[in-house]
Amino acid sequence: MNLNWRLIIKNGLLGGIIAFYLSAIGMAETFSQRYLISTFLSTGQLFVAVGGVTAGILTARALKEDYKKSTAYIGSLLAGVFSSLPLILLIFLIQVLVIQQTGQEVIFRWRDMFVNFSPGLVAMLTFGQGLGLGIPLLILASALLAGLGATFILFPDRLRLAWLNGLIWMLGIGIFSENVTQILGQFGGRGLARFLFQQRTLNPIAAILIFAGAFAIAYFRVHKTVQNRWTGMPARQQKRGRTIGLVLGILLLISLPWMVGQFLSQALFMVGLYVMMGLGLNIVVGYAGLLDLGYVAFFAVGAYTMGILTSTGPLGQSDLSFWAVLPIAVLVGLAWGVFLGFPVLRMRGDYLAIVTLGFGEIIRILATSDWLAPFEGGPQGILHIPNPNFFGITMHQPQTMYYLVVAGSLLIAFVTIRLRESRLGRQWMAMREDEDVAEAMGINLVQTKLLAFSIGAAFSAMAGAIFAARLGNIFPHSFNLLISINALALIIVGGLGSIPGVIVGSLILVGLPELLREFTEYRLLMYGLLLIVMMLFRPEGFLPEETQKRELHADEEELAPLET
Amino acid sequence: MTIILKVDKVTKRFGGLVAVNSFSFEIKEGAIDSIIGPNGAGKTTLFNCITGFYKADEGEIIFNDHHIRGFSPDRVTNLGISRTYQNIRLFANMTAIENILVGQHPHLKTLWIEAILKNGRFKKEEAEALKEARRLLHYVGLSGLGDHLARNLPYGAQRRLEIARAIASKPKLLLLDEPTAGMNPNESAEMMHFIRNLRDELGISVLLIEHDMRVVMGISENISVMDFGQKIAEGTPKEIQRNPRVIEAYLGRGAAAGFETQTPASAG
Repeated sequence: MNLNWRLIIKNGLLGGIIAFYLSAIGMAETFSQRYLISTFLSTGQLFVAVGGVTAGILTARALKEDYKKSTAYIGSLLAGVFSSLPLILLIFLIQVLVIQQTGQEVIFRWRDMFVNFSPGLVAMLTFGQGLGLGIPLLILASALLAGLGATFILFPDRLRLAWLNGLIWMLGIGIFSENVTQILGQFGGRGLARFLFQQRTLNPIAAILIFAGAFAIAYFRVHKTVQNRWTGMPARQQKRGRTIGLVLGILLLISLPWMVGQFLSQALFMVGLYVMMGLGLNIVVGYAGLLDLGYVAFFAVGAYTMGILTSTGPLGQSDLSFWAVLPIAVLVGLAWGVFLGFPVLRMRGDYLAIVTLGFGEIIRILATSDWLAPFEGGPQGILHIPNPNFFGITMHQPQTMYYLVVAGSLLIAFVTIRLRESRLGRQWMAMREDEDVAEAMGINLVQTKLLAFSIGAAFSAMAGAIFAARLGNIFPHSFNLLISINALALIIVGGLGSIPGVIVGSLILVGLPELLREFTEYRLLMYGLLLIVMMLFRPEGFLPEETQKRELHADEEELAPLET
Repeated sequence: MTIILKVDKVTKRFGGLVAVNSFSFEIKEGAIDSIIGPNGAGKTTLFNCITGFYKADEGEIIFNDHHIRGFSPDRVTNLGISRTYQNIRLFANMTAIENILVGQHPHLKTLWIEAILKNGRFKKEEAEALKEARRLLHYVGLSGLGDHLARNLPYGAQRRLEIARAIASKPKLLLLDEPTAGMNPNESAEMMHFIRNLRDELGISVLLIEHDMRVVMGISENISVMDFGQKIAEGTPKEIQRNPRVIEAYLGRGAAAGFETQTPASAG
């Protein structure tokens, strides 16, 4: 058997380095007590396992073309063995540098620098068996993990998808066990929850059942059967089905906050808020191609407008209600869009990004400054902003505010779709593709750019106003660069120019971190990792913009000769 | 016949380089004229001066009684001059039909507010624009390719789509920058035929920059020859072919003598 050793060693070590890194920065140990499947598999172990699985996937993918399947499996297992080497190195580093220093008087304590090099990590990596038995076990486990990774590539398609589906459901329910418990509780499923989970994690039997269920559904292609029956239906029935689906969707959207409880409603509120901002930024970046890194400025403008005009504290300037100020905030945002748009009209690409970045910071620093403090509180911010009142109901719960962002998102999505399909939308896209040629087509660039800036700004201001009314108080430091970056990252991850993409991006980048609170410490790391992986493997985003079919969807009619 | 475009002593400098040097010519309404000259002679710069992409430093450009020197490109287009590019510059990530719809921009009047409200005027205008776009697509022979992204179209189709986009603005004068670049003799002949049709059927005056002498000599009524930014000759194809200064500009002084006996044959 003539194996490509270079490739196997390279991919194996690559996977091993990932595992080494995730362990060395403390992710493995931090999560070692958070079990996915009780007493059997912890989230920390899952992180370490990523290394071996990656080694297996990469090797199997590379070997698949040139070798027999069995050979590719063996190659992957070998890569798994190599992937354990960096971890073994880590164990010895901890032994030599940290454990031997324990209790001794030394000048330099390695542990001070490598805070996560703990004896606990060694125990975890050696399965608590000591070095003699633990290291062979680690090698074996790594090989098996790589073998598992190889199955994702080498299994026959049908089996592969079923296998993946089973694992994803099992791990997914394991990770979100708390949320699942809560949702089940709302539906009187406490008994089921007690069966599935023990000590807030999945119990092994339930894990196997979930895996088997998801596996079977994918293996027997239940979704295909449903799909076939659907396409087999007559058109009228399909239409009715679609209406029912729509009604169910709306009902779900309405009942969602009451199903998931207060905490998750707050998460949904944040997701909705970012959907609003994402849709606005999507017009500026996705359609018009103007890279704006200071988008938070308009969010702040909206929030401060709401704060100054509705606050019941000393800084409040009027007694207007939330509903009266909301359109004002949108108009103020629109005006600021024009105001900040003018100076950057002649700039393109990188220069535009840098200048808008500056504007974002200027707004934040202005808000902090003593100069404006008499009007908007400076660093102390604006307090006592009342919650909106809806026909006598004060919307102080996240559940009710959730409806506000859903309504706002729907409105913005509606406007966005209408604009995209109009002359203005085509002007934006033409400008994005080639500014000079767009101008040569008779498009007034000044007007077109300012419209993109100001409409995007208006949407962001709307989100900001709702944000201020939800929180009840606003401070300059809430409006930092990270918000701009979040909004930009979510539209890139979702797919530039795509409206469903904004929603998906927001769920992934805003919703998931809210669910996985323990990840806070590693949030930005995950963020960066996700962006890099996306750019490498799917640069167009999860749900890329679809091109619209215009010629063939238009009613076919006789073409009259061109007028002269 | 009336003169549609008059370029009068136009000069354009880039730093110390005089790209266009006191260049003058006229185009009559309904004419097909050409500007030829060696690479780097300043032909495209002259185009850019006419369309407003560059502002000419001196001289006058008069289009239909409008003094358009210094106008921005969008204003020039709105007056009725439209152009294509030497290296095709379509909106690559938009579909063919969207490219043409963008070309129709000067004739669309509805406001963005109307688009949000989707009122009757907007719907009517959009429907008409779409119909017109499909008609243009058919006219340039691209029916059925309308929903393809422009970048996915074959080269020849891209050239024709660019022309469709340019005539979508219903121009009175069309500037074509090397429309047959990269085409084989058959395709070039087809393009010549197509350009002549544009003039005959749509009444558009055409100004060409072209290197392919077969095309230039076959189609032009009047040719201006440019070298180092200056006009060195003007006349009908026959006159230009015999002009020793032109031959010299193209081939250098030494070759000029021997060349005179060979060229007329290829001119057709």
